[in-house]
Amino acid sequence: MLANDPAKKLSFKRCISNGDLVIVYERHDNMRAVTVSENSVLQNRFGVFKHSDWIGKQFGSKVFSNKGGFVYLLAPTPELWTLVLSHRTQILYIADISFVITYLEIVPGSVVLESGTGSGSLTTSLTRAVAPTGHVYTFDFHEQRAGSAREDFEKTGLSGLVTVTVRDIQDEGFPDEFAGLADAVFLDLPQPWLAIPSAAKMLKQDGTLCSFSPCVEQVQRSCETLRTSFTDIRTFEILLRTYEVREEKVDKFQRESDGSNGSLPCKRRQCSDGSNVPISPIPSVMARPCSEAKGHTGYLTFARLKCLS
Amino acid sequence: MSQNNAATASTRNQSTGVTREGCSVLLDINDGDRLVFARLSPAAKLKIGNKNCSLQPLIGCPYGSLFQLETGPNGPYLSRTIASNQVVCDLSVHISGNDAEDRRDSQINVDSRDNRSLIDNNRAQGLSGEDIEAMKREGARGDEIIEALIANSSTFEKKTSFSQEKYRLRKQKKYAPKVLLRRPVARSICEAYFKKYASKIGFLRVDALSLLLSMANVSSNSDILVVDMVGGLLTGAVAERLGGTGFVCNSYLGQTPYPMDIVKIFNFGEEICKRVVRSSISDLLLQKESSEQIPQHDGVCNMESPTDDQMSLSVGVEDISLSSGAETTENVMIPATRVCKFTKAGEKAQQETIDSWKENGFSSLIIAAPELDTWTLVRDLIPLLSNSAPFSIYHQYLQPLATCMHNLQLGKMAIGLQISEPWLREYQVLPSRTHPCMQMSAFGGYILSGTKISST
Repeated sequence: MLANDPAKKLSFKRCISNGDLVIVYERHDNMRAVTVSENSVLQNRFGVFKHSDWIGKQFGSKVFSNKGGFVYLLAPTPELWTLVLSHRTQILYIADISFVITYLEIVPGSVVLESGTGSGSLTTSLTRAVAPTGHVYTFDFHEQRAGSAREDFEKTGLSGLVTVTVRDIQDEGFPDEFAGLADAVFLDLPQPWLAIPSAAKMLKQDGTLCSFSPCVEQVQRSCETLRTSFTDIRTFEILLRTYEVREEKVDKFQRESDGSNGSLPCKRRQCSDGSNVPISPIPSVMARPCSEAKGHTGYLTFARLKCLS
Repeated sequence: MSQNNAATASTRNQSTGVTREGCSVLLDINDGDRLVFARLSPAAKLKIGNKNCSLQPLIGCPYGSLFQLETGPNGPYLSRTIASNQVVCDLSVHISGNDAEDRRDSQINVDSRDNRSLIDNNRAQGLSGEDIEAMKREGARGDEIIEALIANSSTFEKKTSFSQEKYRLRKQKKYAPKVLLRRPVARSICEAYFKKYASKIGFLRVDALSLLLSMANVSSNSDILVVDMVGGLLTGAVAERLGGTGFVCNSYLGQTPYPMDIVKIFNFGEEICKRVVRSSISDLLLQKESSEQIPQHDGVCNMESPTDDQMSLSVGVEDISLSSGAETTENVMIPATRVCKFTKAGEKAQQETIDSWKENGFSSLIIAAPELDTWTLVRDLIPLLSNSAPFSIYHQYLQPLATCMHNLQLGKMAIGLQISEPWLREYQVLPSRTHPCMQMSAFGGYILSGTKISST
């Protein structure tokens, strides 16, 4: 997913080869991750797709099934991965993710601690942000979940930049070996206030922390704990409104040529008495918000370690 | 193993955790009342109120340090204070303005005091202006003046603890102004501009900027094509994410590059600066073989003509103070000599680099160009991307993006097209007094995102 070798720039001109992870795009709301395997096939409502047909094609190509149906093969990115990964937990989506990365001031070379790992949606974006020289250490108390996350990072080619460890951060805190080494800490825990003292210990001077909580009671308690050793404590909620764009044919009314040329506003009486006739419909591109949207994901509380030295 | 990794990877900011001479900083004066970008030097001065003080004491201090304006025998000076748990140091909700005063104290709920007996006759304060001036002449510290004001206020004790804090904060801003030393990064630069000078960055809010970067998959070792008519904020933010790998190609229509002064506010080292290059869109669109016959507009593109040193100096200090009138003029004076010579960002892209982009395609495209026609720009630039490359386009109006999206769909040039608008709400979180902030930014811009597909 990332180009860690500077000699191999992140260019999607590269052709698909056996063993590559591709995102199969049917529609914007229907995608899946597939590892290309010479002898495999992909079956969906459009028919049967032979992986062997895909090999040698460029990412971004349209490929056809035995029945003439088609899908697109895309190169994986953290954004696409978030849409296709298998949900083992609730995950973070792009609006929260992108804001967290900027607000935590994560840049290449940063060391980031995260708990819990969950399904690894945010972890993937954190890893992209710290690459090529930083590292993400992510902790989850669920052994099987941590294992699945590790497999996923292997699959997406991120395993060199992220380390998954089984550990209960609320209970035990972060490992002492990271004390004073973290540029940023991200918490997505049911009782984040329990982990905050440890997080403070892990952070470098001026380091940043973010805690994601769906409930306001969690935020309340976290903020109380944060005040001891953090400053710049700010809580946000970020949501996305999406728009649908459509071309509609609209009838345009024009007054029948009666000399007045429409330069004066036509009086209501004239408009309704049939002196106006529709002429050929005019296509017009229009946008409106989609009717459904996520109303809540969680509150993001950010803080910065107090500068005491 | 993890230990070693942490140790090696953590070297990033060792050089930038502390300010040094010549570096750019963001000064937050009185909890966001004023935000000033400055370049630190022994001779640099900052004007707070009617007092001029040297920025010298800020050199060598860690980011996050807090300073208070004091008056000494040699005039006003900035003195470092260590953050305590007192209210004056809590900036938790400072951007939200008045809410900063809306402080904790769970007792507030059981506080029986109220303002029923308050009479606004301007006689509550026992100290006169002359008294205060006299204290100042005798060298009283700002804190001492505030205590004296409180002691001589006949109404202070009758105030609720909530309004007592408000009072204290108001007096602190006047008699003991604070300066907080901030690291200029994409987040703080964008927030500062959005708060004070939004039109200069095309009203691009920090959450919209974040989305642009994510949606365009900005990651190390990638070549990002940008059209940045938001003062260089976008270019700088991309360069920050590239961390000295890949390239950000700042492209422009015609012969004159768009200004990217904001890039200079980021404390980029040479590694990052040389990854910020410029190219005219027409050079990028030229067929590879014919490119040599075209005159190179070196003089124009480079823009860093002889006068440039002077220019970048004035740019290094951008006061985006909210206050108008006398205070905005010349808040920071900068010496004529620059101590640290930074490599300039934004050199003209070399022909071989341009050729490699033509060969391999850019890995993504980001546009924030409110003054250009979105669709025709996108139509011309999309073919410069490699297939499967994501792109994100910012606009403060919806219609240009809707038209562009529709045309991309018709032309089967891209998939996964979506227009989104971020909505960002900040909260005041205090015991038993948690609620959304009273004021919020109602609009952060629209983003069209998608993925380019193969045309064959």
